Formats: sequence, C-alpha cells, structure tokens
Amino acid sequence: MPFFQWVNDALTWGTLFRMLLGGIIVLLFLLGVVAYMLYFERKIIGWMQLRIGPNRVGPLGLFQSIADVLKLLAKEDIVPAQADRPLFLIAPIIAFVPSFVVIAAIPWTASHPFTADISVALLYYLALSSITILGIMLGGWASNNKYSLLGGMRSAAQMISYEIPLGMSLLGVILMAGSLNIVDIVEAQRRFMWFIIPQFLGFCVFIVAATAELNRTPFDLPEAESELVAGYHTEYSGFRFAFYMLAEYLYVFAISCLGAALFFGGWSGPLLPGWLWFAIKVSAFIFFFFWLRATMPRIRVDQLMTFSWKVLLPLALVNIVLTSVIKYWVNAG
Amino acid sequence: MTNYWNSYLFVLVFLALGIALPAAALTIGRWLRPHNPYREKLTPYESGVEPFGDAHVRYNARYYLFALLFVVFDVEILFLYPWAVGFHELGLFGLVEALIFMAMLVIGLVYAWRKKVLEWN
Repeated sequence: MPFFQWVNDALTWGTLFRMLLGGIIVLLFLLGVVAYMLYFERKIIGWMQLRIGPNRVGPLGLFQSIADVLKLLAKEDIVPAQADRPLFLIAPIIAFVPSFVVIAAIPWTASHPFTADISVALLYYLALSSITILGIMLGGWASNNKYSLLGGMRSAAQMISYEIPLGMSLLGVILMAGSLNIVDIVEAQRRFMWFIIPQFLGFCVFIVAATAELNRTPFDLPEAESELVAGYHTEYSGFRFAFYMLAEYLYVFAISCLGAALFFGGWSGPLLPGWLWFAIKVSAFIFFFFWLRATMPRIRVDQLMTFSWKVLLPLALVNIVLTSVIKYWVNAG
Repeated sequence: MTNYWNSYLFVLVFLALGIALPAAALTIGRWLRPHNPYREKLTPYESGVEPFGDAHVRYNARYYLFALLFVVFDVEILFLYPWAVGFHELGLFGLVEALIFMAMLVIGLVYAWRKKVLEWN
C-alpha cells in the first residue's frame, strides 16, 4: 500500500494528510482489535471452564463488547468528593495515550505501511510504556480511596520491578541484530533464524516479565479482586474506567506484537502474505496470555517482588553475558 | 533516501489522535450520561462500611527502596542499549568494558540482596 508509506516522501501537506488518515485507520483498527480481544478472552476462558461465555448479544454473542462500550458511555462519571479532582480526571488519559502511541513503532509487513520507522524503536517502547505507570499511580492516589492507593502502589512497584528484566531480555536480541529498530531486527532474523532459538533464555525472561508488566494472571496482584476490590480503578466509572481497560488491552496487543516481531520473525514466513503471518503470530501470543489466565493461580505479593529481582534479573544478566561473549567469539573466530 | 523526520511526525500524529480520542469520547459521553451526584454516592468505597480517615496516609517505605533500585538498573539499561547496538564495532574493548560495568551492578544487587532489601514482608 504505497499510499500509506511516507518514509521516503517529501514532507508536504499531502504527506501529512496521508499520515493523519493512516493514524485514524490504525486507531479504528485497534479499537476493533480490543473489542474482539475482550470477546475472545471471555469466550475462550468460558470454554476452558466448561461454560459457554457471552452468547446473547448478536449471533454467538459477537456484539457483546460493542454493547459493553455503549453501556459504559451512558454511565454516570462519578468523581468522589474527597478526590483530587484534576488529577482524578486526567489520570486515565495519561495511562491511555502512551499505550496507543507505542503502536506507531510496530511494523506490520515487510514494506511497513502505517509505521513510524524509528531507529530507536525499542527504547521508544520502553520509555513510553513507563508513562502509563504514572497514570495508574496517579489514578490510585487521586481517588483518595484505600483500596485504590494500595492497588496503585502495588501496580507501580510491580511494573517498575518487571520493567528491568523486560528491558534486559531485549538486550540479547539487540546484540544479535545490532539495531534497536524493529524492522532491522526482523530483517536480521530473515537472514539468520528466528531469535527464539538462539535467544531462548531471553525469550523466557521476556514472556514472564511481559505478563507481569501487563498485570495479568498469575501476576494480577494490583487488581486482586478478592483482596483489593478492583485495585487502582476502584473509584472509576463510565468511560474513564473504559480508558484504563483500553490501555491495558492495548498493551497486551502491543507486547504480543513486540514478542512476535523480536523472537518469531515478525512478518516473515512462507507462502502466506506478510501481514497474515504477523497476525497469526500476534494472535498466538494473545491466546497464550488468555490461556495463562484460565490456568494459573495468583502468586503471593512477597514472591512476586522477590521473583523479579532474584530470579529474572540474574537470568537476564546471564543471557546478556552469554550472548555478548558468544557473539564476540563467533565474530573473531 | 529516508526522510528522517517523517517517522517522528507520524508519532506526533499518533499523540494528537491519542489525546483526541479521550477528549471526543468524554465530550460525547457528557451528552449521553446522567449527572446525579449526592453525598452518599460521592463517598469513597470501603466495602459498604462508612469510610474513616483519609487515604492519603504514609505507606510502606519498602516501595521507596524498590524505586531506588529501579532507577539504578534502568540507567544501566540505558547505557547497555547503545553498547549492544555498537557491539560489532567496539570489539574486545567494548565486551570487557561492559562486563566490568555489569559486574559492578551485580555487586550492587548482591549488596541489596544481602541487606534483605529484596525481601517483601
């Protein structure tokens, strides 16, 4: 689709218009993806627990998510009297905006339309995704509710703890590809092999740290329903709550894209077109996160923090040392 | 020839759209949703019990220790990313240098471990 490839074009109003159009298409696409991720999460977990899952709204319950969004849109936007009003109102937006902006760096196919070809894409991803932690913590604090505060603090502590192994696990991939650009990393895998094989240790650290970073089971302590009611968004209602949920699911999608592109060769694959390969790999990742939720019990809070610093971080460091030494040895010999 | 700024302009377009969506959705929602606050509704939720005190209390200092550790290791990542990109050109010097750098941080981690900063109880 050359209409949506602007990387080589001169910067004119026409180019800007195409970018804007491309951005809107990606936004609408993502809203659709999130709506059906929610549907399939409920459906798949339903099947795994021998239930039917949503099946009332539309054929097979396909319109369930749309009904949920419309319902949330019509719900009252309650701001607690003791809350820090401006912060309370803006916190979900602070959490949502980076979750959408990170997706600009995801390359969908070999010719990467709809993609910002950023040379520091991985750094860009890590930097922006940290801003969401700020939104979550501010929301928890501004609600002036004890559950929210606890949930927000737990979330922040967990997400910063697991961001370290996540960032370090990517270092092995960067070492092998010699670039932070996701497009270059995929190209390096096409020349060599999928990085899941040489970077298996890095991938293990990545997938565990990613699950924790997404606050998903078995690391869903910030939202432990049985302890904290709902966590940092206890006081949120209506569409502000929806934006927290949207941010959460956009990150599930974004990190699945990252995993598919960095470890499974992104769009590369035989016979089928590139975008379809990418979609299959991303869907497999998303399914894996849902599957985990249906299978694993929640771990304890002391185990959670200790696991990141005492197990994942040393493993990630070992991976970096091994990768760099072996790469040096191969290059020299 | 790639036009360097185009990619960053696209990021700015995403940023603008990312702010526009909540702004639009919350404005449209304002026309649709009811607005009927009263005192009981606006109290913080505490499992149905009358809320007591303020939630802005002092909390565990342990969070602060983890935040400090996070800063140390996040900066390490920031140093290692450019190193990993330039690894091919840096040669043996780059490898040894980074190993020493990581060894020093591992000493820091071991120190925190021995001091029981990493325990959560």
